[in-house]
Amino acid sequence: MMNLPVGIQSFLKETGEISRFSWRFFKEGFSPRFELSEFIRQCFVLGYKSLPLVGLTAFIIGLVLTMQLRPTMEYYGVEVQIPAMVGVAIFREIGPILTALIFAGKIGSSIGAELGSMKVTEQIDAMEVSGTNPFKYLVVTRTLATTLMLPILTIIADAIALIGAYLGENIYDTLPFNLFFRKVFLNLAYIDLIPAFIKTFFFGFAVGIIGCFKGYFTDKGTEGVGKAANSSVVVSSVMIFLIDLVAVQIADLFQR
Amino acid sequence: MKDTILRISHLYKSFGSNQVLADFNLELQKGENLVVLGKSGSGKSVLIKCVIGLIEPDEGSIEVLGQDILAMDHEELDRLRVRVGFLFQSNALYDSMTVRENLEFPLRRRYIRNSDTDCDALVMEALANVGLEHTIDMMPVELSGGMRKRIALARTLILKPDIILYDEPTTGLDPITSLEIISLINMIREKYGTSSIIISHDMRCVKLTADRIAVLLDGRCFATGNYEQLSQIHDDRIHPFFN
Ligand SMILES: Nc1ncnc2c1ncn2[C@@H]1O[C@H](COP(=O)(O)OP(=O)(O)O)[C@@H](O)[C@H]1O
Ligand SMILES: [Mg+2]
Repeated sequence: MMNLPVGIQSFLKETGEISRFSWRFFKEGFSPRFELSEFIRQCFVLGYKSLPLVGLTAFIIGLVLTMQLRPTMEYYGVEVQIPAMVGVAIFREIGPILTALIFAGKIGSSIGAELGSMKVTEQIDAMEVSGTNPFKYLVVTRTLATTLMLPILTIIADAIALIGAYLGENIYDTLPFNLFFRKVFLNLAYIDLIPAFIKTFFFGFAVGIIGCFKGYFTDKGTEGVGKAANSSVVVSSVMIFLIDLVAVQIADLFQR
Repeated sequence: MKDTILRISHLYKSFGSNQVLADFNLELQKGENLVVLGKSGSGKSVLIKCVIGLIEPDEGSIEVLGQDILAMDHEELDRLRVRVGFLFQSNALYDSMTVRENLEFPLRRRYIRNSDTDCDALVMEALANVGLEHTIDMMPVELSGGMRKRIALARTLILKPDIILYDEPTTGLDPITSLEIISLINMIREKYGTSSIIISHDMRCVKLTADRIAVLLDGRCFATGNYEQLSQIHDDRIHPFFN
């Protein structure tokens, strides 16, 4: 073997294992039988669990961002551009990434902990001997649910952040609701919205598959469950930034 | 007349450099309660998880109900698992499901699209066997340790398996509760003619359930015999069990 530092070796090993796990997701996810009712249940649970937190943070960020931008914009005499600028920031970057990070913290950890404790208390083995494929029942349903729900949550978060921004704008200025929104959308093109929307599917997939991976391969013992929950959040958060980096480069190519 | 229902021959299993099973041989007769005795970490759970196909051994053969399980594909294994029950040491009740849903879980695949009344009747019968009908709509967290063990046993029992593998059924239970579990194990054998492998190092459980005892030592089946026979063996590694 090459003499790579231990940290890099284990990073590469883990990347390989997660890739293999993802490959298994595509292989098993598209063969019968599909656990529809568990999938629907997971969609509800994920949405229900994360919506309050996502909504609250989106509102605050929208409000705060608008207020923080104002002094600089006024200095250059372009405060009329605040809605447009906030709109771009929210739709292209802050909405997707903020929602994904909150989602990773809330849902990634709970998937990691749930599957981890199912692993150490032999529930996953019990499914296997009960004639249910635990990979399909647990991993495929949860990963599909996060992949589908994160984009929906992001759209909701974008809308709430805009409401926050509108209130932030009206602290100093009075701008009618419809005029504010006209200004927001005037400068936005599909090229701003579509890549930002597409990348949220990848964010959702990353949160789901990494949480499941960490839980599914938890070490024995209760301390293993805590580690699974914790590293689900860390790894999926880093992954979200990496995906974002790549997504922006790709979107950039199309915009030229 | 002997009627062998399960045969383990020359079984080897290691995890990395940790050789857990090395040339393990054992036979289970029809209707027999066989206890596998061994200290913690000696590979008892690994052994019965090999029997149910949860762990793949490195070498050897396992014949269950006349079929070689190591040669089976997934579907054949699945069909065999209907006839072989497994009681997990940690019970393995699904935390997110009610008792009813826990018991129905093995049924939703096997009795595909059976009428609902059939399912309900099976669930009620299994619960009646362990005397816990009133818990049907409770969640596992609401149950005591002994009740959880009994529900897990009911779930194992619901498909009326020919063979049941018990992984330390009384470990971690108080003496009274463990006596209840012991009498359930014996009742199941009486009622359904089940053959069982019972893993244990609880000597009261061993004494009250075993027709025959096999001692797992250094990865091998070191000795077999009944309680009296084994308590005569003068070996420092076996003697402490029978004191
Ligand atoms: N999945 C596994 N991976 C690695 N080692 C294992 C695994 N399962 C069991 N072992 C090891 O095998 C040995 C026997 O374990 P086990 O069968 O659980 O013991 P016990 O007799 O107490 O049931 C232990 O040393 C354990 O660390
Ligand atoms: Mg064990």
